[in-house]
Amino acid sequence: MSHTLWVCTRKGLFRLKKTNELWEIDQTSFLGHPVSLMLDDPRDQAVYAALNLGHFGVKIHRSDDRGATWTEVGVPKYPEAPEGEKGTTLNQIWALEPAGPTVADGIWAGTIPGGLFRTSDRGETWSLNTALWDHPTRAKWFGGGADHPGIHSICVDPRDHQHILLAVSCAGVWRSRDGGLSWEVGGPGMIAEYMPPEGRDDPLVQDPHSMVRCAHAPDCLWVQHHNGVFRTIDNAASWTQVMGLQPSSFGFAVAVHPRDPETAWFIPGVKDEQRYPVAGKLSVTRTRDGGVACDVLANGLPQQHCYDLVYRHALAIDSTGMQLAFGSTTGNFWTTSDGGDSWQALPNHLPPIYAVRFGQDA
Amino acid sequence: MATVRFTPHLRMHLDCPDTNAAGETVAEVLQHVFRDRPKLAGYLLDDQGAVRKHVTIFVNNETVRDRQRLTDPVGPHDEVFVFQALSGG
Repeated sequence: MSHTLWVCTRKGLFRLKKTNELWEIDQTSFLGHPVSLMLDDPRDQAVYAALNLGHFGVKIHRSDDRGATWTEVGVPKYPEAPEGEKGTTLNQIWALEPAGPTVADGIWAGTIPGGLFRTSDRGETWSLNTALWDHPTRAKWFGGGADHPGIHSICVDPRDHQHILLAVSCAGVWRSRDGGLSWEVGGPGMIAEYMPPEGRDDPLVQDPHSMVRCAHAPDCLWVQHHNGVFRTIDNAASWTQVMGLQPSSFGFAVAVHPRDPETAWFIPGVKDEQRYPVAGKLSVTRTRDGGVACDVLANGLPQQHCYDLVYRHALAIDSTGMQLAFGSTTGNFWTTSDGGDSWQALPNHLPPIYAVRFGQDA
Repeated sequence: MATVRFTPHLRMHLDCPDTNAAGETVAEVLQHVFRDRPKLAGYLLDDQGAVRKHVTIFVNNETVRDRQRLTDPVGPHDEVFVFQALSGG
């Protein structure tokens, strides 16, 4: 059971430690600056923080002492456009994932406006994945919420790290079987109600808000999509919509139990222009049977006049599947150690929360 | 050589004291500064080499007009000021 949590916020990175069953803030970094995402790399215990400085752009810092000190490393950079053409500039780091079981395998970074990058030297230099960037369909990608498309979920297959799935808002799910040398759009089954009727089932127009893979049953992945929840049990060859989730099937975040592919959690909201908890009551939706039935979990969560929204990276689960944590746009933060049956609020007022991740206890 | 002065805000992130640098345009002056401080370039310019949206650069009292290629002229006794814009915080 993890005793470390990282919380990325509009005003810095917070590390929480669990002592005597209570989570407390024990370290702060980058106070005053937006931290959009972080990675606590289990392979070498390095910690990476992606900053999105309002004036000075995106930066990445690495810590080799668990966040006590930081060193600025390189940042993904888009190629300069030919004279007279409009070029692309990095807008945000939206995904950071180990690319394989060893440090030498590197790290993948997904970005807005839609480029996938990889580093093989612990962040010092980054390379654009040109096979995906130059894919002929990319001109059809479009932004969902953000002005430009973005890669927010990277799911490397633990059995074969050459087999990679990406989720893109908005360009659906993408697959590479060869470590990123070539890419194809994922299988059918998702529905996009924001498109004209004839184009709603096109895999390329889908807006998966978040995609997660079951660690011990890697063929099973869950997607919280703009138009509901979808699940695959054949490694994204096809998707099936999960119907009947209460109180809503709209949301951004999803977590799957690391050993039980039938168990997943979502944080529902009023769809999709309004985006706050249904009836002002914050709840977590849990299914334990692959989406046939669901529980609405609210014990310990505010049940009146609550307007907290939870972003796609702001729900985390640890390796036991019993501890979860999530944080909201209004800076509130909750944890559970019983799979969501009861929740405890962190008694602090944090800045708006972008991302939450359990960490190594080293 | 022109004098280049940086907003104190930048010094929260990296070491960039005021300095002197040669060059006949803003681009040339900044390129000389970046030779000693390569990380600074990414703070001021975007991936395409244009001034970041929320950074402003002045030559004496005038904001630079060419934010894409920084061709505004700089004289040897001019001051180049690098500020954060009021937007973007």
